[in-house]
Amino acid sequence: MTDNTAIAFATAIAQGSLRVVDLTFTLSPDMPVIVLPPEFGQSSPVRIQQISRYDENGPGWYWNNITVGEHTGTHFDAPVHWYTGKDLPNNAVDTLPVEHMIAPACVIDCSAQAAADPDFLLTRAFVEDWEKSHGRILAGHWVLLRTDWSKLGPRDFANLREDGAHTPGPDSNVMEWLVNERDILGFGTETIGTDAGQGSHFAPPHPAHHFLHGAGRYGLQCLRNLDQLPPTGAILITTPLKILNGSGSPLRVLGVAPS
Amino acid sequence: MVEPLQKPGRKNPLDRTRQQALPPAGRSRKGQLLTLAAAQGRFALQCCSECGLFCYPARDACPNCLSADLPLTDAPNGGTIVSETTVRVPTDVYFRERASWRIGIVKLDCGPEMVAHLHADCYDGERVRMSLQLDKSGQAVAFARPTEKTPNQADDRQWREMTATPKFRRALVTNGRTALGQAVAAALKAAGAEVYVGLADPWKPFPGEETLKRDHHVVPLDVADERSVQELAADLGGKIDILVNSTEHVRPGGLLDRRVTNAVKDEMDQHHFGFVHLAQAFGPAMRARGADGVNSAAAWVNVFSVYALANWAPFGTNSAAQAAALSLSHCLRGELRLGGVRVVNLFTGPLDTEWFQTVPPPKLAPKAVASAIVAALENGTEDVFVGDVAEDVRQRLLANPKALERDLNQRIS
Repeated sequence: MTDNTAIAFATAIAQGSLRVVDLTFTLSPDMPVIVLPPEFGQSSPVRIQQISRYDENGPGWYWNNITVGEHTGTHFDAPVHWYTGKDLPNNAVDTLPVEHMIAPACVIDCSAQAAADPDFLLTRAFVEDWEKSHGRILAGHWVLLRTDWSKLGPRDFANLREDGAHTPGPDSNVMEWLVNERDILGFGTETIGTDAGQGSHFAPPHPAHHFLHGAGRYGLQCLRNLDQLPPTGAILITTPLKILNGSGSPLRVLGVAPS
Repeated sequence: MVEPLQKPGRKNPLDRTRQQALPPAGRSRKGQLLTLAAAQGRFALQCCSECGLFCYPARDACPNCLSADLPLTDAPNGGTIVSETTVRVPTDVYFRERASWRIGIVKLDCGPEMVAHLHADCYDGERVRMSLQLDKSGQAVAFARPTEKTPNQADDRQWREMTATPKFRRALVTNGRTALGQAVAAALKAAGAEVYVGLADPWKPFPGEETLKRDHHVVPLDVADERSVQELAADLGGKIDILVNSTEHVRPGGLLDRRVTNAVKDEMDQHHFGFVHLAQAFGPAMRARGADGVNSAAAWVNVFSVYALANWAPFGTNSAAQAAALSLSHCLRGELRLGGVRVVNLFTGPLDTEWFQTVPPPKLAPKAVASAIVAALENGTEDVFVGDVAEDVRQRLLANPKALERDLNQRIS
């Protein structure tokens, strides 16, 4: 048994040498959902409707019906979500390789920069500087952008102004570079999307979506507790619901890191 | 002489909340013609098409010429009190609880004599202004008020049984994000109400936000979310005396040019299910508080598109959502009536708001709808057509519904 690494992994968790960090927001109607111009189709917000609660509709049991969009709450973006990934094989949440659902993660701390500037943009130079301290980002890793944005209240979290949302994210150049030069598995943020709030004005628009999904990579958004992960050495467990041809899914994201 | 209404103090929590007794509700089928007039705030009686005689009480044939052609006809509302009575110990529970109660016989200028409820400032031999009102049973009764303005006229005890005045009442307006919701909140406050305004997605900024938060109690409310409505009702359900369902979720489009049902579902979520959620969460407490003193539960107000009555194809699915909610309002009306709470439906043409941008005038200012709501509450009406478009649709529905249907769906822009 001792040379069984799967058992060793579980034992390490049970004994506390590995700790499990919940990186997920509670799925609730209070969580902001992406806002599009109202003439476009809109994501359903989270709805929780009670079927029964030990009452006349079910005397001994409590249960709910829920309504969610594929992109509500803490959620996963599959390549088919964006037009750039529409023709890739295995590009939906029901077909993506399950091996990708457990993968190591690098956490880049930009919380000070984001606190100073809600429009902070992650650049290639910033990441290269990070690599000098923490080592080169290896292929198949998640890159997570820690901004502490998840600690804000709903209004500051969405930060909508007359010219749109103002939230931090990556610039176009760094996304292309991370995908092509670092071969990352995916990119995750604490904000409402993988792209910056003003990302529709970038070239190309929404560069994180554009480059990630065009190369068959993934997105994670509305993450939290990234401050509890080390810069390197943690793994993420990301198992989206197996929705038929789903473009994404709310999910429970777990980080596992040495204690 | 009517004493001015005093703002009620806090209730004694040891006292039982009195239940609503109802006045006698029996009316003949013909008598319901007067209910129709009262619901719309008209003073109308049967008038013989053959000999021109105004008739009261309601009849099947003209007492003068025996013609059966006695259509409801607007009548002059002047009259003179020829006798008055103060009933001190009525046998009916509703009136016994409210004794003493003044009634009188009024000789109408148009002919008949009517038994009417008397305003406190109306006396034997005086001229009066007559109206048909809906009593707590939802049936038409005659009411005599002074012809001139008198001090605190609307505060008269008997008159208040016929109305749902906002004064000193607590109102909930369901949607503070829209120009309509903001106008309604302001109008109710100006009429003396304490106003709670619901706000969905409070993290989304909107025009008028600062004023709204300064002037009213802004509370979290997403009518499409059952839990949100239930949670607000858990806090406020026992305090809301007037609920204004000002939900307004308009999206253009008929059936064939939209390939997904999402937008259609959103309209039903807001208008139909929003109504269901509000009714199930707030309705029971309102029904239980119809006789709860000066600030009793009094009215539930719906703002509907007049196209709830006849589908307007360019906004076809919205019309359907409105029709669904209108149907529910009739169900609710029957259920709330047991508690003496009235359901007021306003029908509007297109509002002068963003989603009707390309619709040519006349369009209705949100303030006009707000004023109409306050007027309906103060006058005790039940079905109100606000503005020219709504009135036009009402008349054309009466004249030839098929022609209206053709007109409303012949061109889809």
